[in-house]
Amino acid sequence: MKIPEKVIVSFLALCAAMTVLITAGILYTLGAETIQFFNEVSLVDFLTDTQWTPLFSDKHFGILPLLTGTILTSFIAIFFALPIGLTIAVYMNEYAPSSFSTRIKPILEILAAVPTVVYGYFALTVVTPFLQNFIPSLSSFNALSAGFVMGIMIIPLISSLSQDALYAVPKSLREASYGLGATRLQTSFNVLVPAASSGIIVSVILAISRAVGETMIVAIAAGMQPNMTLDPTVPIQTITTYIVQISMGDVPHGSLEYRTIFAAGISLFVLTFTLNNLSFWFKKKYQQKYE
Amino acid sequence: MNKISINRFKDKAFMVFGVFCTFFGLFMLAIFVGDVVLKGVDRISWEFITNLPSRFPEKAGIFTALMGTCWILFLTAIIAIPLGVFAGLYLEEYGKRNRFAAILEINITNLAGIPSIIYGLLGLEIFARVMGLGQSVLTGALTLSLLILPIIIVSTRESVRAVPRSLREASLALGATKWQTIWYQVLPASGGGILTGVILALSRAVGEAAPLIVVGALAYVPFAPSTPLDEFSVLPIQIYNWASRPQQGFVINAAAAIVILLIVTFLMNGIAIYFRNKWQKKIKW
Repeated sequence: MKIPEKVIVSFLALCAAMTVLITAGILYTLGAETIQFFNEVSLVDFLTDTQWTPLFSDKHFGILPLLTGTILTSFIAIFFALPIGLTIAVYMNEYAPSSFSTRIKPILEILAAVPTVVYGYFALTVVTPFLQNFIPSLSSFNALSAGFVMGIMIIPLISSLSQDALYAVPKSLREASYGLGATRLQTSFNVLVPAASSGIIVSVILAISRAVGETMIVAIAAGMQPNMTLDPTVPIQTITTYIVQISMGDVPHGSLEYRTIFAAGISLFVLTFTLNNLSFWFKKKYQQKYE
Repeated sequence: MNKISINRFKDKAFMVFGVFCTFFGLFMLAIFVGDVVLKGVDRISWEFITNLPSRFPEKAGIFTALMGTCWILFLTAIIAIPLGVFAGLYLEEYGKRNRFAAILEINITNLAGIPSIIYGLLGLEIFARVMGLGQSVLTGALTLSLLILPIIIVSTRESVRAVPRSLREASLALGATKWQTIWYQVLPASGGGILTGVILALSRAVGEAAPLIVVGALAYVPFAPSTPLDEFSVLPIQIYNWASRPQQGFVINAAAAIVILLIVTFLMNGIAIYFRNKWQKKIKW
């Protein structure tokens, strides 16, 4: 039997159109449940209340503690990953022989391929006990270990995108710097890194977005207590872990508790959506600077 | 020391630091893997793989979780691969210059950046509730299919783009239609690259726990699923459950299960890299 080519093409287009349906589905799902949520909880409370206690009898629905927890763990992750990732990028681009770079790059990618639940286990059973030797007051669930391990996970993201950005800097700039007698280090940090700064910023924004949405590492190692604090040694809760916590329990559909996970979800969605589009905007705006 | 030698010294010092940073992450990973193997390897036995879950750590096994993971892998593959490959083909071969394609493009880039747990919320509402599939393997597989769809689409497009014009033109000159050219020439020629992307995407699906927890995969399932509509658990959720318990016995179980999960993940990544290298070597356009 011969299927007319038009039918095949329409079928392919249908498959491609599925991706739009996914976005529509996400927006519909988050939107519909969140609207119901805000029928019961005021938006002002949601954005300004400093307590998040939907499971207690004295209910408070302030997203700020969860947001603080999310930002804290992400910040710690970037704090470790940015210097290491950027150093790797500079080293690979300017120092290492290209045969070494091409061979080590896929090996570094392994760091991003390890399942996150495994990283969570490491943070809880290896990193936290080790850090407790130096910080005796460190709680067994804390933002520090979770953030640190998350940082290791996002090293390849920062290093490979930054390396691409450094590589794209025109040769003439480097050669001018070397011609003036600068060392590789001076050329890298005084010429290449500033010239590639927009690409490096893009890599950092994407890394933050990745860290914000990370779930299992924080669920295992950072605890489930929505404390509004910037202290990295105590248990906290992120937006993602709250969703996990509720999903693990038996929450009846249609209840206010059920709707809280969608309200938390839409906050997370808005956050990552903004970050991702900020990075696209940055990329577009600065891409053609040297062409 | 004069200024020049100070600068040269700094340059050398940074080189050492660069090597240190390059291996820092891998070194940490080596410590982690070494630790987990030391803790867990004695626990791994045939019984550990074939036993059902139990309250007693020494009797508990990963059978239901492993079977759940196999089901998820199988169903996700048969849902996501055709959908992703066809969508990628459309975008690369047909939808090049119209507005519809431009919207799709922006949309896919955005989808790739959405956290996996959001897909879980989508699956919970649409598949589990509206479509009435409940907390089943099928719900989980559909959810993960949507999650890995952008990865498959992007790798399909890249592989198809790498096929040279000459091959297409030769086929078209012989009187083949556009679709015949795609089906008989372009697709086989880009198969290696597509396969690599697909395996990497599936390996990502195997390691995911968060979206499955949200759609209602359970930490404790007494039996392995026998139809797509049964309840299920997967290895990462089993690990999460064991790692969260205070008893040392369960932590050791978690380590043993991690060893098995890592073997599966690294194996899949290894196969993907093998295919990529083989494909790159075989075809020199």
